[in-house]
Amino acid sequence: MVEKVADFLAEGEADYEYMMVESEHSAMAAALGVSMMGARAFTATSSQGLMYMAEMLNYTSGGRHPVVMVNANRALAIPWNIYGDHSDAMAMRDCGWIMLFAESGQEALDMVIQAYKIAEDKDVMLPVMVNVDGFTLTHTYDVVDIPEQELVDAYLPSFDTANKMCLEHPKTLCHSVGPDYYTEAKIAQQEAFEVAKAKIVACDEEFEAMFGRGYGGLIEEYCCDDAEYALVAMGGTVGTVRDVVDELRAAGEKVGLIKIRGFRPFPEEYFQSVKSKFKAMGVIDRSLCFGVGGTVFGEVKSALYGSEMGLKGFVLGLGGRDISVDMIKEMFAELKECPAGEYSDQPIFVGRRW
Amino acid sequence: MEKIRWHGRGGNGAFSAAKILGYAVSVHGNKYAQAFPSFGPERRGAPVLGFTRISDTVINDHSQINMCHCVVVLDETLQGEVDFTEGIEDGGTLLINTTKTSEAIKEELQIRDAVNVVAVDATKLAMEVLGRNIVNTALMGAAIAVNEMCAISDVEKALDDMMSPKLAEKNKRLIRMAYEQVKGDLA
Repeated sequence: MVEKVADFLAEGEADYEYMMVESEHSAMAAALGVSMMGARAFTATSSQGLMYMAEMLNYTSGGRHPVVMVNANRALAIPWNIYGDHSDAMAMRDCGWIMLFAESGQEALDMVIQAYKIAEDKDVMLPVMVNVDGFTLTHTYDVVDIPEQELVDAYLPSFDTANKMCLEHPKTLCHSVGPDYYTEAKIAQQEAFEVAKAKIVACDEEFEAMFGRGYGGLIEEYCCDDAEYALVAMGGTVGTVRDVVDELRAAGEKVGLIKIRGFRPFPEEYFQSVKSKFKAMGVIDRSLCFGVGGTVFGEVKSALYGSEMGLKGFVLGLGGRDISVDMIKEMFAELKECPAGEYSDQPIFVGRRW
Repeated sequence: MEKIRWHGRGGNGAFSAAKILGYAVSVHGNKYAQAFPSFGPERRGAPVLGFTRISDTVINDHSQINMCHCVVVLDETLQGEVDFTEGIEDGGTLLINTTKTSEAIKEELQIRDAVNVVAVDATKLAMEVLGRNIVNTALMGAAIAVNEMCAISDVEKALDDMMSPKLAEKNKRLIRMAYEQVKGDLA
Protein backbone atom coordinates (compact mmCIF):
# COMPACT_ATOMS: atom_id res chain seq x y z
CA MET A 1 0.00 0.00 0.00
CA VAL A 2 2.77 2.46 0.87
CA GLU A 3 4.43 1.49 -2.43
CA LYS A 4 1.33 2.77 -4.22
CA VAL A 5 1.50 5.95 -2.14
CA ALA A 6 5.10 6.31 -3.40
CA ASP A 7 3.91 5.77 -6.99
CA PHE A 8 1.36 8.59 -6.71
CA LEU A 9 4.14 10.91 -5.62
CA ALA A 10 6.59 9.72 -8.30
CA GLU A 11 3.98 10.18 -11.01
CA GLY A 12 3.19 13.67 -9.81
CA GLU A 13 -0.41 12.79 -8.93
CA ALA A 14 -0.08 13.85 -5.32
CA ASP A 15 1.80 16.30 -3.19
CA TYR A 16 3.24 15.07 0.08
CA GLU A 17 6.50 14.15 1.77
CA TYR A 18 7.39 10.46 1.61
CA MET A 19 9.70 9.00 4.25
CA MET A 20 11.54 5.72 3.86
CA VAL A 21 12.27 4.09 7.20
CA GLU A 22 13.89 0.80 8.12
CA SER A 23 11.12 -0.85 10.14
CA GLU A 24 7.51 -0.71 11.28
CA HIS A 25 8.61 0.51 14.70
CA SER A 26 10.35 3.42 13.01
CA ALA A 27 7.41 3.96 10.67
CA MET A 28 5.07 4.61 13.56
CA ALA A 29 7.69 6.64 15.44
CA ALA A 30 8.06 8.79 12.30
CA ALA A 31 4.29 9.11 11.85
CA LEU A 32 4.05 10.23 15.46
CA GLY A 33 6.81 12.77 14.90
CA VAL A 34 5.06 14.09 11.81
CA SER A 35 1.80 14.45 13.72
CA MET A 36 3.66 16.21 16.56
CA MET A 37 4.70 18.85 14.03
CA GLY A 38 1.05 19.40 13.18
CA ALA A 39 1.06 17.56 9.85
CA ARG A 40 -1.21 14.78 8.65
CA ALA A 41 0.43 11.33 8.69
CA PHE A 42 -0.40 8.02 7.01
CA THR A 43 1.19 4.61 7.07
CA ALA A 44 0.19 1.01 6.51
CA THR A 45 1.21 -2.29 7.98
CA SER A 46 0.15 -5.88 8.51
CA SER A 47 0.59 -8.91 10.73
CA GLN A 48 4.09 -9.16 12.30
CA GLY A 49 4.73 -5.59 11.19
CA LEU A 50 1.88 -4.40 13.41
CA MET A 51 3.34 -6.43 16.27
CA TYR A 52 6.72 -4.81 15.73
CA MET A 53 5.00 -1.43 15.81
CA ALA A 54 3.17 -2.20 19.05
CA GLU A 55 5.23 -0.03 21.37
CA MET A 56 4.70 3.06 19.25
CA LEU A 57 0.95 2.51 18.88
CA ASN A 58 0.40 3.36 22.54
CA TYR A 59 2.72 6.37 22.32
CA THR A 60 0.65 7.70 19.44
CA SER A 61 -2.73 7.10 21.06
CA GLY A 62 -1.67 8.22 24.56
CA GLY A 63 -0.12 11.36 23.09
CA ARG A 64 -3.43 11.97 21.32
CA HIS A 65 -1.92 12.25 17.84
CA PRO A 66 -4.48 11.50 15.11
CA VAL A 67 -2.40 9.32 12.79
CA VAL A 68 -4.35 7.18 10.32
CA MET A 69 -3.05 3.75 9.40
CA VAL A 70 -4.34 0.93 7.22
CA ASN A 71 -3.78 -2.53 8.60
CA ALA A 72 -4.04 -5.39 6.10
CA ASN A 73 -5.41 -8.04 8.45
CA ARG A 74 -3.26 -11.14 8.39
CA ALA A 75 -2.44 -14.06 10.67
CA LEU A 76 0.33 -14.10 13.25
CA ALA A 77 3.19 -16.59 13.57
CA ILE A 78 3.70 -19.37 14.50
CA PRO A 79 2.97 -21.44 12.32
CA TRP A 80 4.20 -18.74 10.00
CA ASN A 81 1.34 -17.85 7.69
CA ILE A 82 1.01 -14.80 5.51
CA TYR A 83 -2.72 -15.23 4.82
CA GLY A 84 -5.69 -13.28 6.08
CA ASP A 85 -7.41 -13.30 9.47
CA HIS A 86 -7.98 -10.81 12.29
CA SER A 87 -5.34 -12.03 14.77
CA ASP A 88 -3.08 -9.02 14.25
CA ALA A 89 -5.69 -6.35 14.91
CA MET A 90 -7.22 -8.23 17.81
CA ALA A 91 -3.83 -8.52 19.50
CA MET A 92 -3.74 -4.71 19.43
CA ARG A 93 -7.34 -4.08 20.41
CA ASP A 94 -6.39 -2.27 23.64
CA CYS A 95 -3.71 -0.02 22.17
CA GLY A 96 -5.95 3.04 22.32
CA TRP A 97 -6.63 3.32 18.58
CA ILE A 98 -10.06 3.64 17.04
CA MET A 99 -10.49 0.45 15.00
CA LEU A 100 -12.74 0.30 11.96
CA PHE A 101 -13.24 -2.70 9.63
CA ALA A 102 -14.04 -2.34 5.91
CA GLU A 103 -16.24 -4.72 3.92
CA SER A 104 -15.10 -3.87 0.38
CA GLY A 105 -12.48 -2.04 -1.60
CA GLN A 106 -14.82 0.93 -1.93
CA GLU A 107 -15.47 1.07 1.80
CA ALA A 108 -11.73 0.82 2.53
CA LEU A 109 -11.09 3.89 0.41
CA ASP A 110 -14.02 5.83 1.85
CA MET A 111 -13.09 4.76 5.37
CA VAL A 112 -9.60 6.25 5.12
CA ILE A 113 -11.11 9.61 4.18
CA GLN A 114 -13.62 9.36 7.03
CA ALA A 115 -10.87 8.22 9.41
CA TYR A 116 -9.01 11.54 9.22
CA LYS A 117 -12.18 13.47 9.96
CA ILE A 118 -12.92 11.30 13.00
CA ALA A 119 -9.30 11.23 14.24
CA GLU A 120 -8.72 14.98 13.92
CA ASP A 121 -11.99 16.04 15.54
CA LYS A 122 -10.98 18.29 18.44
CA ASP A 123 -13.13 16.31 20.86
CA VAL A 124 -11.68 13.00 19.71
CA MET A 125 -7.97 13.34 18.84
CA LEU A 126 -7.33 9.62 18.61
CA PRO A 127 -5.44 7.65 15.96
CA VAL A 128 -7.52 5.43 13.65
CA MET A 129 -6.65 1.99 12.34
CA VAL A 130 -8.56 1.14 9.14
CA ASN A 131 -8.66 -2.65 8.92
CA VAL A 132 -8.83 -4.24 5.48
CA ASP A 133 -8.89 -8.04 5.17
CA GLY A 134 -5.57 -9.35 3.90
CA PHE A 135 -5.80 -10.90 0.40
CA THR A 136 -9.61 -11.19 0.19
CA LEU A 137 -9.74 -7.39 0.00
CA THR A 138 -6.13 -6.26 -0.38
CA HIS A 139 -5.30 -8.55 -3.31
CA THR A 140 -8.68 -8.54 -5.04
CA TYR A 141 -9.19 -6.20 -7.98
CA ASP A 142 -12.54 -4.53 -7.70
CA VAL A 143 -14.39 -1.55 -9.16
CA VAL A 144 -13.88 1.51 -6.98
CA ASP A 145 -15.21 5.01 -7.44
CA ILE A 146 -12.42 7.46 -6.62
CA PRO A 147 -13.94 10.73 -5.41
CA GLU A 148 -12.88 14.10 -6.77
CA GLN A 149 -10.14 15.91 -4.87
CA GLU A 150 -12.30 19.05 -4.48
CA LEU A 151 -15.09 17.09 -2.86
CA VAL A 152 -12.69 15.36 -0.46
CA ASP A 153 -11.14 18.73 0.41
CA ALA A 154 -14.60 20.11 1.13
CA TYR A 155 -15.37 17.15 3.40
CA LEU A 156 -11.98 17.12 5.07
CA PRO A 157 -10.50 20.56 5.73
CA SER A 158 -6.78 20.85 6.42
CA PHE A 159 -5.49 19.57 9.75
CA ASP A 160 -5.28 22.20 12.43
CA THR A 161 -4.18 21.30 15.95
CA ALA A 162 -2.84 22.93 19.07
CA ASN A 163 -1.32 19.58 20.08
CA LYS A 164 1.95 20.23 18.25
CA MET A 165 5.46 21.56 18.65
CA CYS A 166 5.39 25.30 18.08
CA LEU A 167 7.96 27.94 18.98
CA GLU A 168 5.29 30.57 19.71
CA HIS A 169 3.53 28.26 22.14
CA PRO A 170 6.19 25.97 23.59
CA LYS A 171 4.90 22.91 25.43
CA THR A 172 5.84 19.36 26.32
CA LEU A 173 4.35 16.56 24.27
CA CYS A 174 4.25 12.82 25.02
CA HIS A 175 5.49 13.56 28.51
CA SER A 176 5.88 11.24 31.49
CA VAL A 177 3.73 11.63 34.61
CA GLY A 178 3.54 9.97 38.01
CA PRO A 179 0.62 8.22 39.69
CA ASP A 180 -1.00 11.58 40.43
CA TYR A 181 -1.82 12.27 36.75
CA TYR A 182 -1.77 8.94 34.90
CA THR A 183 -5.30 7.84 35.84
CA GLU A 184 -6.82 11.10 34.63
CA ALA A 185 -4.93 10.85 31.34
CA LYS A 186 -6.45 7.41 30.79
CA ILE A 187 -9.92 8.66 31.77
CA ALA A 188 -9.56 11.40 29.18
CA GLN A 189 -8.81 8.73 26.52
CA GLN A 190 -11.78 6.64 27.62
CA GLU A 191 -14.03 9.71 27.40
CA ALA A 192 -12.69 10.48 23.92
CA PHE A 193 -13.75 7.00 22.82
CA GLU A 194 -17.26 7.66 24.11
CA VAL A 195 -17.36 10.94 22.14
CA ALA A 196 -16.01 9.11 19.11
CA LYS A 197 -19.08 6.84 18.97
CA ALA A 198 -21.31 9.73 17.91
CA LYS A 199 -18.58 11.31 15.75
CA ILE A 200 -18.09 8.11 13.72
CA VAL A 201 -21.81 8.10 12.95
CA ALA A 202 -21.86 11.85 12.17
CA CYS A 203 -18.79 11.63 9.89
CA ASP A 204 -20.39 8.73 8.01
CA GLU A 205 -23.69 10.59 7.60
CA GLU A 206 -21.93 13.70 6.35
CA PHE A 207 -19.93 11.52 3.95
CA GLU A 208 -23.13 9.96 2.63
CA ALA A 209 -24.70 13.39 2.08
CA MET A 210 -21.68 14.52 0.04
CA PHE A 211 -20.55 11.35 -1.72
CA GLY A 212 -23.75 9.31 -1.88
CA ARG A 213 -22.27 6.38 0.01
CA GLY A 214 -23.01 5.69 3.67
CA TYR A 215 -22.17 2.69 5.80
CA GLY A 216 -24.17 2.97 9.02
CA GLY A 217 -21.50 4.42 11.32
CA LEU A 218 -20.54 1.82 13.93
CA ILE A 219 -23.06 -0.85 12.92
CA GLU A 220 -25.11 -1.85 9.91
CA GLU A 221 -28.15 -4.06 10.23
CA TYR A 222 -29.09 -5.95 7.07
CA CYS A 223 -32.52 -7.61 6.85
CA CYS A 224 -32.81 -7.51 10.64
CA ASP A 225 -36.25 -5.88 11.08
CA ASP A 226 -38.16 -9.15 11.32
CA ALA A 227 -35.18 -11.49 11.57
CA GLU A 228 -35.20 -14.36 14.04
CA TYR A 229 -31.59 -15.38 13.55
CA ALA A 230 -28.71 -12.99 13.05
CA LEU A 231 -25.03 -13.43 12.29
CA VAL A 232 -22.48 -10.83 13.39
CA ALA A 233 -19.53 -10.36 11.04
CA MET A 234 -16.64 -7.95 10.38
CA GLY A 235 -14.51 -7.21 7.32
CA GLY A 236 -14.68 -8.86 3.92
CA THR A 237 -16.79 -11.76 5.23
CA VAL A 238 -19.70 -9.34 5.61
CA GLY A 239 -20.31 -9.24 1.85
CA THR A 240 -20.51 -13.01 1.56
CA VAL A 241 -22.93 -13.18 4.53
CA ARG A 242 -24.99 -10.46 2.82
CA ASP A 243 -25.39 -12.68 -0.27
CA VAL A 244 -26.30 -15.72 1.86
CA VAL A 245 -28.93 -13.67 3.72
CA ASP A 246 -30.44 -12.69 0.34
CA GLU A 247 -30.50 -16.33 -0.75
CA LEU A 248 -32.05 -17.62 2.50
CA ARG A 249 -34.55 -14.76 2.58
CA ALA A 250 -35.67 -15.72 -0.95
CA ALA A 251 -36.34 -19.19 0.48
CA GLY A 252 -38.48 -17.64 3.23
CA GLU A 253 -36.01 -17.84 6.12
CA LYS A 254 -36.00 -14.98 8.62
CA VAL A 255 -32.29 -14.34 8.82
CA GLY A 256 -30.28 -11.16 9.14
CA LEU A 257 -26.76 -9.76 9.22
CA ILE A 258 -25.18 -7.44 11.77
CA LYS A 259 -22.04 -5.81 10.44
CA ILE A 260 -19.67 -4.42 13.04
CA ARG A 261 -17.91 -1.53 11.37
CA GLY A 262 -16.56 0.11 14.50
CA PHE A 263 -14.86 -2.37 16.81
CA ARG A 264 -13.17 0.33 18.93
CA PRO A 265 -15.17 2.07 20.26
CA PHE A 266 -17.39 -1.00 20.62
CA PRO A 267 -21.09 -0.46 19.80
CA GLU A 268 -22.25 -1.66 23.22
CA GLU A 269 -25.45 0.41 23.12
CA TYR A 270 -26.52 -1.25 19.90
CA PHE A 271 -26.19 -4.75 21.32
CA GLN A 272 -28.02 -3.69 24.50
CA SER A 273 -30.85 -2.41 22.29
CA VAL A 274 -31.26 -5.78 20.50
CA LYS A 275 -30.83 -8.12 23.43
CA SER A 276 -34.33 -9.52 23.05
CA LYS A 277 -34.78 -8.85 19.33
CA PHE A 278 -33.71 -12.22 17.89
CA LYS A 279 -34.20 -15.87 18.82
CA ALA A 280 -30.50 -16.50 18.44
CA MET A 281 -27.38 -14.59 17.45
CA GLY A 282 -24.10 -15.99 16.17
CA VAL A 283 -20.75 -14.24 15.96
CA ILE A 284 -18.13 -14.93 13.29
CA ASP A 285 -14.61 -14.57 14.64
CA ARG A 286 -11.45 -14.66 12.56
CA SER A 287 -9.19 -14.68 15.60
CA LEU A 288 -8.84 -16.49 18.90
CA CYS A 289 -8.50 -14.98 22.33
CA PHE A 290 -6.68 -17.99 23.75
CA GLY A 291 -8.20 -19.36 26.91
CA VAL A 292 -11.45 -17.53 26.17
CA GLY A 293 -12.63 -18.17 22.59
CA GLY A 294 -13.58 -15.89 19.72
CA THR A 295 -12.43 -12.33 20.44
CA VAL A 296 -15.46 -10.50 19.06
CA PHE A 297 -17.81 -13.07 20.60
CA GLY A 298 -16.49 -12.22 24.07
CA GLU A 299 -17.29 -8.56 23.51
CA VAL A 300 -20.74 -9.21 22.04
CA LYS A 301 -21.60 -11.54 24.93
CA SER A 302 -20.52 -8.91 27.42
CA ALA A 303 -22.55 -6.20 25.66
CA LEU A 304 -25.61 -8.49 25.66
CA TYR A 305 -25.46 -8.93 29.45
CA GLY A 306 -28.87 -10.08 30.68
CA SER A 307 -30.05 -11.28 27.25
CA GLU A 308 -32.18 -14.42 26.96
CA MET A 309 -31.24 -15.02 23.32
CA GLY A 310 -29.34 -18.08 22.21
CA LEU A 311 -25.73 -17.12 21.50
CA LYS A 312 -23.12 -18.95 19.50
CA GLY A 313 -19.48 -18.08 18.95
CA PHE A 314 -18.07 -19.40 15.68
CA VAL A 315 -14.37 -19.33 14.84
CA LEU A 316 -13.31 -19.77 11.21
CA GLY A 317 -11.30 -18.25 8.43
CA LEU A 318 -8.03 -18.49 10.38
CA GLY A 319 -4.78 -18.17 8.45
CA GLY A 320 -6.57 -17.55 5.16
CA ARG A 321 -8.94 -20.52 5.19
CA ASP A 322 -11.89 -19.69 2.94
CA ILE A 323 -15.18 -18.62 4.52
CA SER A 324 -17.57 -20.19 2.06
CA VAL A 325 -21.25 -19.70 1.37
CA ASP A 326 -21.85 -23.24 2.67
CA MET A 327 -20.12 -22.47 5.97
CA ILE A 328 -22.32 -19.41 6.45
CA LYS A 329 -25.43 -21.50 5.75
CA GLU A 330 -24.16 -24.06 8.26
CA MET A 331 -23.89 -21.36 10.95
CA PHE A 332 -27.42 -20.11 10.27
CA ALA A 333 -28.62 -23.73 10.51
CA GLU A 334 -26.89 -24.08 13.90
CA LEU A 335 -28.55 -20.89 15.13
CA LYS A 336 -31.96 -22.32 14.28
CA GLU A 337 -31.21 -25.25 16.58
CA CYS A 338 -30.00 -23.04 19.41
CA PRO A 339 -32.52 -22.82 22.29
CA ALA A 340 -33.18 -19.49 24.03
CA GLY A 341 -30.83 -18.75 26.87
CA GLU A 342 -28.15 -21.12 25.64
CA TYR A 343 -24.72 -19.85 24.78
CA SER A 344 -21.59 -21.57 23.61
CA ASP A 345 -18.89 -21.45 26.26
CA GLN A 346 -16.41 -23.07 23.88
CA PRO A 347 -15.64 -21.72 20.40
CA ILE A 348 -17.36 -23.63 17.60
CA PHE A 349 -14.77 -24.20 14.88
CA VAL A 350 -16.44 -24.21 11.48
CA GLY A 351 -14.62 -26.06 8.70
CA ARG A 352 -12.06 -27.72 10.99
CA ARG A 353 -10.32 -30.62 9.29
CA TRP A 354 -9.76 -32.81 12.34
CA MET B 1 -22.91 -14.23 -12.38
CA GLU B 2 -20.12 -15.45 -14.66
CA LYS B 3 -17.21 -17.19 -12.95
CA ILE B 4 -14.02 -17.89 -14.86
CA ARG B 5 -10.92 -19.68 -13.58
CA TRP B 6 -7.54 -19.32 -15.24
CA HIS B 7 -4.78 -21.91 -14.90
CA GLY B 8 -1.20 -21.08 -15.65
CA ARG B 9 2.30 -21.07 -14.26
CA GLY B 10 3.86 -18.13 -12.44
CA GLY B 11 4.92 -15.70 -15.18
CA ASN B 12 2.39 -17.01 -17.77
CA GLY B 13 0.03 -14.09 -17.28
CA ALA B 14 -2.94 -16.13 -16.06
CA PHE B 15 -3.78 -13.60 -13.36
CA SER B 16 -3.13 -10.71 -15.76
CA ALA B 17 -5.78 -12.21 -18.05
CA ALA B 18 -8.23 -12.45 -15.13
CA LYS B 19 -7.50 -8.81 -14.32
CA ILE B 20 -7.67 -7.43 -17.87
CA LEU B 21 -11.01 -9.16 -18.47
CA GLY B 22 -12.42 -7.77 -15.19
CA TYR B 23 -11.13 -4.31 -16.06
CA ALA B 24 -12.61 -4.48 -19.58
CA VAL B 25 -16.13 -5.49 -18.50
CA SER B 26 -16.28 -3.03 -15.60
CA VAL B 27 -14.46 0.06 -16.84
CA HIS B 28 -15.55 -0.19 -20.49
CA GLY B 29 -18.54 -2.53 -20.27
CA ASN B 30 -21.46 -1.73 -18.04
CA LYS B 31 -20.86 -4.50 -15.50
CA TYR B 32 -19.27 -5.23 -12.14
CA ALA B 33 -16.21 -7.44 -11.87
CA GLN B 34 -13.82 -8.90 -9.38
CA ALA B 35 -10.44 -10.46 -10.17
CA PHE B 36 -8.10 -12.22 -7.79
CA PRO B 37 -5.21 -14.68 -7.88
CA SER B 38 -4.71 -17.81 -5.83
CA PHE B 39 -3.53 -16.02 -2.70
CA GLY B 40 -0.06 -16.42 -1.33
CA PRO B 41 3.57 -16.15 -2.31
CA GLU B 42 4.31 -15.96 -6.02
CA ARG B 43 6.86 -18.26 -7.66
CA ARG B 44 7.84 -18.29 -11.30
CA GLY B 45 6.92 -21.57 -12.98
CA ALA B 46 4.71 -22.84 -10.14
CA PRO B 47 1.03 -23.57 -10.83
CA VAL B 48 -1.10 -20.45 -10.28
CA LEU B 49 -4.76 -19.62 -10.56
CA GLY B 50 -6.58 -16.47 -11.54
CA PHE B 51 -10.28 -15.87 -11.01
CA THR B 52 -12.77 -13.45 -12.55
CA ARG B 53 -16.32 -12.82 -11.37
CA ILE B 54 -18.57 -10.80 -13.69
CA SER B 55 -22.04 -9.60 -12.71
CA ASP B 56 -24.74 -7.08 -13.63
CA THR B 57 -25.01 -6.10 -9.95
CA VAL B 58 -22.52 -5.22 -7.19
CA ILE B 59 -20.41 -8.23 -6.20
CA ASN B 60 -20.46 -8.77 -2.43
CA ASP B 61 -19.16 -12.33 -2.33
CA HIS B 62 -15.54 -12.53 -1.21
CA SER B 63 -15.30 -16.29 -0.89
CA GLN B 64 -13.17 -18.44 -3.15
CA ILE B 65 -14.60 -19.62 -6.46
CA ASN B 66 -15.16 -23.38 -6.38
CA MET B 67 -17.63 -23.89 -9.22
CA CYS B 68 -17.29 -21.96 -12.46
CA HIS B 69 -18.66 -21.74 -15.99
CA CYS B 70 -15.39 -21.53 -17.78
CA VAL B 71 -11.90 -22.83 -17.08
CA VAL B 72 -9.04 -21.58 -19.20
CA VAL B 73 -5.75 -23.48 -19.28
CA LEU B 74 -2.75 -21.51 -20.52
CA ASP B 75 -0.24 -24.32 -20.13
CA GLU B 76 -1.25 -27.90 -20.86
CA THR B 77 1.83 -29.28 -19.12
CA LEU B 78 -0.07 -28.61 -15.88
CA GLN B 79 -1.94 -31.80 -16.68
CA GLY B 80 -1.20 -34.38 -14.01
CA GLU B 81 -0.03 -31.66 -11.62
CA VAL B 82 -3.33 -29.82 -11.27
CA ASP B 83 -6.87 -31.10 -11.77
CA PHE B 84 -8.24 -28.32 -13.92
CA THR B 85 -11.39 -30.24 -14.71
CA GLU B 86 -12.57 -29.86 -11.11
CA GLY B 87 -15.46 -27.53 -10.39
CA ILE B 88 -16.71 -26.99 -13.95
CA GLU B 89 -20.49 -26.64 -13.95
CA ASP B 90 -22.71 -28.65 -16.28
CA GLY B 91 -22.87 -26.81 -19.59
CA GLY B 92 -19.56 -25.14 -18.77
CA THR B 93 -16.43 -25.06 -20.87
CA LEU B 94 -12.84 -26.17 -20.57
CA LEU B 95 -10.77 -24.03 -22.91
CA ILE B 96 -7.25 -25.33 -23.34
CA ASN B 97 -4.12 -24.22 -25.15
CA THR B 98 -3.02 -27.33 -27.00
CA THR B 99 -2.01 -28.73 -30.38
CA LYS B 100 -4.39 -31.63 -29.81
CA THR B 101 -8.02 -31.77 -30.86
CA SER B 102 -10.83 -31.19 -28.40
CA GLU B 103 -11.91 -34.82 -28.87
CA ALA B 104 -8.44 -36.06 -27.93
CA ILE B 105 -8.41 -33.85 -24.80
CA LYS B 106 -11.88 -34.99 -23.83
CA GLU B 107 -10.80 -38.59 -23.98
CA GLU B 108 -7.40 -38.09 -22.38
CA LEU B 109 -8.82 -36.23 -19.39
CA GLN B 110 -12.00 -38.31 -19.28
CA ILE B 111 -14.19 -35.25 -19.27
CA ARG B 112 -17.89 -35.81 -18.76
CA ASP B 113 -20.31 -35.01 -21.60
CA ALA B 114 -21.89 -32.07 -19.77
CA VAL B 115 -18.63 -30.12 -20.18
CA ASN B 116 -17.64 -28.63 -23.53
CA VAL B 117 -14.00 -28.87 -24.45
CA VAL B 118 -12.56 -26.21 -26.73
CA ALA B 119 -9.00 -26.68 -27.97
CA VAL B 120 -7.01 -23.81 -29.43
CA ASP B 121 -3.34 -23.63 -30.38
CA ALA B 122 -2.79 -20.28 -28.69
CA THR B 123 0.98 -20.80 -28.64
CA LYS B 124 1.06 -20.90 -32.44
CA LEU B 125 -1.01 -17.73 -32.71
CA ALA B 126 1.11 -15.93 -30.09
CA MET B 127 4.36 -16.93 -31.81
CA GLU B 128 2.99 -15.66 -35.10
CA VAL B 129 1.86 -12.27 -33.81
CA LEU B 130 4.03 -11.53 -30.78
CA GLY B 131 7.01 -13.70 -31.62
CA ARG B 132 6.87 -14.90 -28.02
CA ASN B 133 5.01 -17.65 -26.22
CA ILE B 134 2.75 -15.35 -24.23
CA VAL B 135 -0.73 -16.76 -24.64
CA ASN B 136 -2.92 -14.96 -22.12
CA THR B 137 -4.43 -12.42 -24.51
CA ALA B 138 -5.01 -15.05 -27.23
CA LEU B 139 -6.92 -17.15 -24.70
CA MET B 140 -8.96 -14.13 -23.67
CA GLY B 141 -10.09 -13.80 -27.28
CA ALA B 142 -10.86 -17.52 -27.39
CA ALA B 143 -12.76 -17.41 -24.08
CA ILE B 144 -14.90 -14.51 -25.31
CA ALA B 145 -15.65 -16.47 -28.48
CA VAL B 146 -16.89 -19.32 -26.30
CA ASN B 147 -19.27 -17.48 -23.99
CA GLU B 148 -19.35 -13.77 -24.94
CA MET B 149 -18.89 -12.58 -21.36
CA CYS B 150 -17.39 -9.37 -22.71
CA ALA B 151 -17.37 -7.35 -25.92
CA ILE B 152 -14.13 -7.71 -27.86
CA SER B 153 -14.11 -3.93 -28.31
CA ASP B 154 -14.07 -3.47 -24.50
CA VAL B 155 -11.01 -5.71 -24.18
CA GLU B 156 -9.34 -3.72 -26.95
CA LYS B 157 -9.98 -0.52 -25.01
CA ALA B 158 -8.59 -2.17 -21.88
CA LEU B 159 -5.38 -3.10 -23.72
CA ASP B 160 -5.06 0.48 -24.97
CA ASP B 161 -5.28 1.65 -21.34
CA MET B 162 -2.81 -0.88 -20.00
CA MET B 163 -0.14 -1.38 -22.66
CA SER B 164 2.18 0.73 -24.78
CA PRO B 165 0.56 1.54 -28.18
CA LYS B 166 2.81 -0.89 -30.10
CA LEU B 167 2.19 -3.79 -27.75
CA ALA B 168 -1.52 -3.02 -27.52
CA GLU B 169 -1.87 -3.15 -31.34
CA LYS B 170 -0.19 -6.56 -31.51
CA ASN B 171 -2.28 -7.98 -28.70
CA LYS B 172 -5.49 -6.57 -30.18
CA ARG B 173 -4.67 -8.37 -33.42
CA LEU B 174 -3.93 -11.56 -31.52
CA ILE B 175 -7.20 -11.39 -29.57
CA ARG B 176 -9.18 -10.91 -32.81
CA MET B 177 -7.39 -13.84 -34.48
CA ALA B 178 -8.07 -16.20 -31.58
CA TYR B 179 -11.66 -14.97 -31.32
CA GLU B 180 -12.36 -15.51 -34.98
CA GLN B 181 -10.61 -18.87 -35.13
CA VAL B 182 -12.62 -20.25 -32.20
CA LYS B 183 -15.83 -18.72 -33.54
CA GLY B 184 -15.12 -20.49 -36.82
CA ASP B 185 -14.40 -23.80 -35.07
CA LEU B 186 -17.63 -23.53 -33.08
CA ALA B 187 -19.76 -22.57 -36.08
